[in-house]
Amino acid sequence: MAPILELRRLVKHFPGHQAVRDISLVIPHGSFFSLLGPSGCGKTTTLRLIAGFEEPTSGDVLLNGEIVNQRRPYERNVSTVFQNYALFPHLTARQNVEFGLKRHKAPDIDRRVKEALDLVSLTGKESRRPAQLSGGERQRVALARSLVLQPDVLLLDEPLAALDPKLRKQMRIELKAMQRRVGITFLLVTHDQEEALSMSDQLAVMNEGRVEQVGTPEDVYLRPQSRFVAGFLGGVNWINGVGIRPESVRLNRTAACQGTPATVTGSVFLGDCVQVLVRLATGENAVAQLARADANFKPGDAVHLSWNADDEMTLPS
Amino acid sequence: MKLREWFLLPARAWMAVLFAAPFAIVLAYSLMTRGDIGGIAPPWTAESYARLIDPLYLTILWRSFVMAAVATALCLLFAFPAALFISRSTSHRNLYLQLVMLPFWTSFLVRTYAWLFLLRDTGLINTLLESLGLTHAPLPLLYNDGAVLLGLVYGYLPFMVLPIYATLERLDPALVEAAADLGARPMTTVFRVIVPLSKPGIVAGSILVFIPCLGAYLTPDLLGGGRTVMVGNLVQNQFTTARDWPFGSAISMALMLIVTLLLVLFLRKESESLV
Amino acid sequence: MKRWLGVYTVGFFAFLHLPLLTLAVFSFNSSKFTRWEHFSFEWYAAIFKDPQILEGTWNSVIIAFWATILSTVIGTLCAYGLWKRGSRVLTSSLYLSLVTPEIVTGISLLALFQWAFRWLHWQLGLYTVVLAHVAFSIAYVVIVVSARLRTVSPALEEAAMDLGANEWQAFWYVTLPALAPGIVAAALLALTVSFDDYVITSMVAGVDSETLPMVIYAMARRGASPVINAISALITLIFGALILISERVREA
Repeated sequence: MAPILELRRLVKHFPGHQAVRDISLVIPHGSFFSLLGPSGCGKTTTLRLIAGFEEPTSGDVLLNGEIVNQRRPYERNVSTVFQNYALFPHLTARQNVEFGLKRHKAPDIDRRVKEALDLVSLTGKESRRPAQLSGGERQRVALARSLVLQPDVLLLDEPLAALDPKLRKQMRIELKAMQRRVGITFLLVTHDQEEALSMSDQLAVMNEGRVEQVGTPEDVYLRPQSRFVAGFLGGVNWINGVGIRPESVRLNRTAACQGTPATVTGSVFLGDCVQVLVRLATGENAVAQLARADANFKPGDAVHLSWNADDEMTLPS
Repeated sequence: MKLREWFLLPARAWMAVLFAAPFAIVLAYSLMTRGDIGGIAPPWTAESYARLIDPLYLTILWRSFVMAAVATALCLLFAFPAALFISRSTSHRNLYLQLVMLPFWTSFLVRTYAWLFLLRDTGLINTLLESLGLTHAPLPLLYNDGAVLLGLVYGYLPFMVLPIYATLERLDPALVEAAADLGARPMTTVFRVIVPLSKPGIVAGSILVFIPCLGAYLTPDLLGGGRTVMVGNLVQNQFTTARDWPFGSAISMALMLIVTLLLVLFLRKESESLV
Repeated sequence: MKRWLGVYTVGFFAFLHLPLLTLAVFSFNSSKFTRWEHFSFEWYAAIFKDPQILEGTWNSVIIAFWATILSTVIGTLCAYGLWKRGSRVLTSSLYLSLVTPEIVTGISLLALFQWAFRWLHWQLGLYTVVLAHVAFSIAYVVIVVSARLRTVSPALEEAAMDLGANEWQAFWYVTLPALAPGIVAAALLALTVSFDDYVITSMVAGVDSETLPMVIYAMARRGASPVINAISALITLIFGALILISERVREA
């Protein structure tokens, strides 16, 4: 069976810059897939190429094994949850959800709208307009509006960016649960590595219009293939050519066990943990992230850094 | 054909047939000779343009320029403090803006007639002055340059208020507070901070007032009573009583040239103020 | 300083509104002269006895009706098309039509009609006035509707197409409703400029198609008359009410 969505050597030039340079990806059916990268890395353009808002300069977009480059957005069975949701301000929540079904002249509209609103727990708020809904509720309408069409792929463009931080964490769990329940392939675009790591089955890390690495969250976090991926997904200390995550570093006062000697230069209190800053004998700086109880260090203390060999990240040369 | 092309089609057609084509015809007429019984006739000649330099017509052009410039200056003088007040009022801003716009929305002809009614010999002002014993014969208030200027200022004042208001509204109030904090008196703040920063609005408003004043026809005709001839009246005259279409067309073209230059200037200023 | 500005602004509004107000007050004066005698409706009654005024009003209403509908539809479509992708030629000709002195627009349209009628054997009439009014109103409509379009997010149409609407449906079901307040404002503006115009109309109107402004103008040139006061008061009242109501509707 062909993958639900495939990108083949996709390229998109805009006047003056190359947004997407040669992207190839295969997105498996029913998975939660993320495109992760800093702003301007081409992830949103990639999404718009899939949705059909932009035409590729070269390369192909394949849905269910069919090339869809030339199809208009309304001729592709994918649907988008926009960054600011793009809800129709003059329509109620129910009318927003009905919109696509009416365009497709679908049967059984009432039942399907009700089911979709139930799915996102918006029952009782059907007749409110977007302006009368909270940020979280708007996002649910946007989700229901797209899901009700049973798209092959649901495209989500930074769907949590407009929410406040607390709600954002809660929605991560809900989104993931919803994806499991409906079984539709989700393709999420985000610049937030925590978001991508916590929700995705697989993710592609993008930089400057290219895919740097594709893999499971564990793969890309623990076994990054490039300095960029290692640094984008979390803090990293580069010691003697290998990378160590700050939370993998241990500090010892005695030189009993072997380790790299260093001097403590300061510490940052983060609430649930403490980051201790040290300077190595080579003059390089490093960070160790420790539990509060283990972090009784003062500037000037002599320490030794150690870590498990398993936690070393070695880049392919 | 794409939807956008279909949508633009009627406007394109209308502008081509009823704006560009008439313009082309007038351009052609301006290069022809006056016919025996009016109208136009061959041969092609630039004679009409040469006649524009006649001191008689140059005077009228210059007059129109001066009238429009003075009307613009007066509008600026009257409009600025009002725009400043409206932009700094907190509670009734929309009401004030509606009060500025309301006369503009009704009827230009009625507004011009109102001054005819007030200024004529038996008008309200003269009647009041006489009944108060201040004058014994009616003052000649109507049918002179002053009356025309008044009519122009009254007619186009909103065009000056709105752009100035728009720039003042966007002005960061902290700048005014900063000026006061640094020791500037209110008047100093106005002239050293507020006026310079509202320059885009002032320029836009001035062009918006100057352009229609320069080509005004109705106001000088009604309030100037034929004594104050501006270039608009000259054009009308060439097409009616004087029956010299080529010359009337040449004046029109000259007027269009000036107006187009001002428009280009305005659009450039607009795009600057938008940045 | 703020108080002085306030006092000045009161004077400013008096200057804007008192002339129209006195005009209206004296429309109720029984005397022909500007001395108050007593309250009377006689000048209003005179309006309805004057066949010229009635015919002019009727002509103006018909012209304004068609000019408003045509220019609003054409201008709205045009603004939308330009919003999708600009057109330098069309935009500059619209701006140019807006700043062209009325008298020049008037004589050039007259020149066009006379030139065309040499072959077509038509005559000036109400329809030439409608054609002319639409020509100068399109630019107003485009400007007002474009201002509204600037507040509409292009993502809305993308969302509509993403949900299965084609270009036409996205326009009809999504953008057009969002534009409604702007379109109403544009139509009102087109209505007022059409109903008010004298200079261009007087050039292109046929002998049997005198409009209300033409009648008022002819009367005003003969000197002021309380009948004009009465008509002016009515025009100001009707259009003022129309504008205020539309503002309310838009805010609601």
